[in-house]
Amino acid sequence: MRSERKTKQASAKPDQGGHFGIFGGRFVPETLMKALDELTRAYLSLKHNSKFQKELAYYLSNYAGRPTPLYEAQNLSRALGRDLRIFLKREDLCHTGAHKINNAVGQGLLARYLGKKRVIAETGAGQHGVAAATAARLFNLSCDVYMGAEDIRRQALNVYKMSLLGARVIPVDSGSKTLKDATNEAIRDWVTNVETTHYLLGSVVGPHPYPMLVRDFQAVIGRETKVQIKKLTRSLPDFLIACVGGGSNAIGLFYPFLNEKVKLIGIEAAGKGIQTGEHAASLRKGTIGVLHGMKSFVLQDKNGQIQLAHSISAGLDYPSVGPEHAFLKETGRVRYESATDQDALLGFHLLTLLEGIMPALEPAHALGYLAKRAKNFPRGSKIVICLSGRGDKDLDVIRSAKLK
Amino acid sequence: MKAVHNRLVQKLREAKKLRTKLFCAYVTLGFPNLSVTEKLIPALESAGVDILELGFPFSDPLADGPTIQFASAEAIKNGIQLKDAFRLIRKLRKNGLQIPVLFFSYLNPMMHYGVSRTVRQLRQSGFDGLIIPDLPPEEGAMWEPWFKNADLSLIYLVAPTTEESRIRKISKHSNGFIYYVSLRGVTGMRRSLPSDLLKKLKIVKQLAHIPVLVGFGVSNEKQARAICRVADGIIVGSAIVEKLNIRPGKVDPAVHLASRLACAIKKRS
Repeated sequence: MRSERKTKQASAKPDQGGHFGIFGGRFVPETLMKALDELTRAYLSLKHNSKFQKELAYYLSNYAGRPTPLYEAQNLSRALGRDLRIFLKREDLCHTGAHKINNAVGQGLLARYLGKKRVIAETGAGQHGVAAATAARLFNLSCDVYMGAEDIRRQALNVYKMSLLGARVIPVDSGSKTLKDATNEAIRDWVTNVETTHYLLGSVVGPHPYPMLVRDFQAVIGRETKVQIKKLTRSLPDFLIACVGGGSNAIGLFYPFLNEKVKLIGIEAAGKGIQTGEHAASLRKGTIGVLHGMKSFVLQDKNGQIQLAHSISAGLDYPSVGPEHAFLKETGRVRYESATDQDALLGFHLLTLLEGIMPALEPAHALGYLAKRAKNFPRGSKIVICLSGRGDKDLDVIRSAKLK
Repeated sequence: MKAVHNRLVQKLREAKKLRTKLFCAYVTLGFPNLSVTEKLIPALESAGVDILELGFPFSDPLADGPTIQFASAEAIKNGIQLKDAFRLIRKLRKNGLQIPVLFFSYLNPMMHYGVSRTVRQLRQSGFDGLIIPDLPPEEGAMWEPWFKNADLSLIYLVAPTTEESRIRKISKHSNGFIYYVSLRGVTGMRRSLPSDLLKKLKIVKQLAHIPVLVGFGVSNEKQARAICRVADGIIVGSAIVEKLNIRPGKVDPAVHLASRLACAIKKRS
C-alpha cells in the first residue's frame, strides 16, 4: 500500500509543462506547439484507455517478444568474483534486436489512434530507424527516416534493412551529418508536415511529452525486471546498471525502481577518455543548455554552440541526454559514471566468451564498467544490467577496433 | 508593469499614425564575414529598411531552411561570438544608425552566456528587442520582466497552427509586434505562399491588439504587396542572405533587393 502511494509520487514527474525540476520543458518553434499539445492530451487519455493498453500489451507480447528473460549470468558472475550475482535483462532478444521496438510499437499504435498516416524518425546507428520502419509496416503507416550521411556510410546494413521494410532513408548532409543533425532535420520535416505526420522520436529526449511518453513505453523493462528478480531471488536487486545515450533503456529499467531501495547507476560513453574532449558524457562533462526542444545537460563550446559527441557506439553518440536523467543526477537519485571505448570492447568480448551472448556496444559500456569496478561492489551484491541490444550491428566496428 | 520605451515601439507608433507598412530585414551576423555585415546594415537602412533583425548564428537552427543554415555554419566557422554582436551595434549606433535593431537568436547561446548578462549587454549596445524562435511564452514568461525592465521588446511568434485562444494569449505576452509565420515549415524563399495566408492573417489581426508582421518564405515584391494588404509589414531573411552569395564580399545585390521590397510596400499606402 505504502509503495503504491510512493509510485504515484514518482509518476507526478514531469509537471504539466513537461518539467523535471528545472529540466525538460518545450523549447520549440510555435508551429509545433499545437501538435505537442494534441499529442500530450491524446497520450494522457490513452494511458488510461483499457482498449489501447490491451492492444499494446498484445503487440508487445506476440509481436515484439515480451516479456524478455532475466538471465543470471553465472559464468560472468564467477569470473568477476566477490560472490556477485549478475542478471541480464535480455532486451537483445526483442524483435529487431533492441529495446527500441518497445517505444516504436507504442508510438506506432499511438499514431494510428491519432489518425496519422505517416511517421518520421531520426536515427543514429539505425536501430531506432529499423524499429520505426518495422512498426510502420505493422500499423500500415508510411515511414521516412532521417539519418546523417556519415552514419549511413557507417551503418550500411541497417540502411538496407530499412529500405527492405519499405521506409525511405533520407540522408542528412547538414552540420556534422550524424544523429544530432538527423534530429534537426526530422523536426524541420515535422514543422512542415505536422498535420499529417507523427514524429516517432526514439529516445527520452526532445520537447514534452516525448521524454515522458517514451519513458512510459520503455518502463515495461523495469516492470518485468521487478517481477522476475523477485521470483528468482525473493527480493529486490541491490544495483541496476544501464548505459545512457539519450537514456531510454536506462529510464525504462530505472523508472519502476525510483522509489525502492535500489542503487541506480547510469553509464555514459567516455569515448577516448573523459578528459580528452572526445566523448559523449553530457551528464558528467556537459553544462545546462537547450537543444532539440528540451533543457538538459549539453556538450557545448564557450560560445554556446553544440559540440560533437564521440563514442565507438553510434547509439550513445549524442551531445545531450534526456531531461529526466539530468533531474535524477541533480537530485542524486542516480549515479552517473562512464566507460571508454576500450571498456566497451572489453565488455563485449567478456560477455561473448563467458556467456555466448554478443551484446551491442551500447550495453557493452555497462558491462565494461562493471568488469573494471567489480571490486568496488559489496560482496554478494545482486546486480541487474540492461542488455539493451544485440551486437550484430556492431561486428564491423568490433572487427576493425583494436583491444588494447 | 512599466511601459517599454525603445526605437521599435516608437517606430511602430509612427507607422500607425502615418499608416505606413513596415519592412524588417534579417541578416546573419558574420556571414560571409563581420565586415560585410558592418557594411550591409547601414546600407539596408538607407535602402528603406525600417527594422533590422540581426541573427546570431547557432549550430542547430531548428526553424531555419538551407540558406540560413548555411550562413549560420559559415559565421560559426568565422568564430562569431555574442560580443561581436554587441560591439557591432554599439559601433553602428555611434556612426548614426537610427532604425530599431532586434536580436535574433536561438535560446542556447544566450542561456550559456547568461540571460541577464545578455539582456544588459543588448540594452547597453543599442538593441531594441529580441526574437527567440525556440522560446514559446510558456517558457519565456519568467524572463519577460527582465526584458521589460531593460526596455527590450520580446517578440513572440504565431504560426498557422496556433489556435485562436492561444493567439490572444501570445499577443498579450508579445511586446511590440507579433511575428506571424506565414507557413508550416522552415525559413527560406518560396515561389508561392499558402493560399489561405490572407484569411488566416485577418483572423490574427482581429485577435491581436498589437501590429502583425509576416515572415518565412517572403521573397519578392508581389508577395510583399499581397501580405501588406492585411498585415502591418513583412520580414525578409533568406532572400536577402541568399543575395550575399552572388558576388562574394559585395552587399549591392542584397541592398537592391531590399530597396525594391521597401518601395513595393510603401507605394500602395
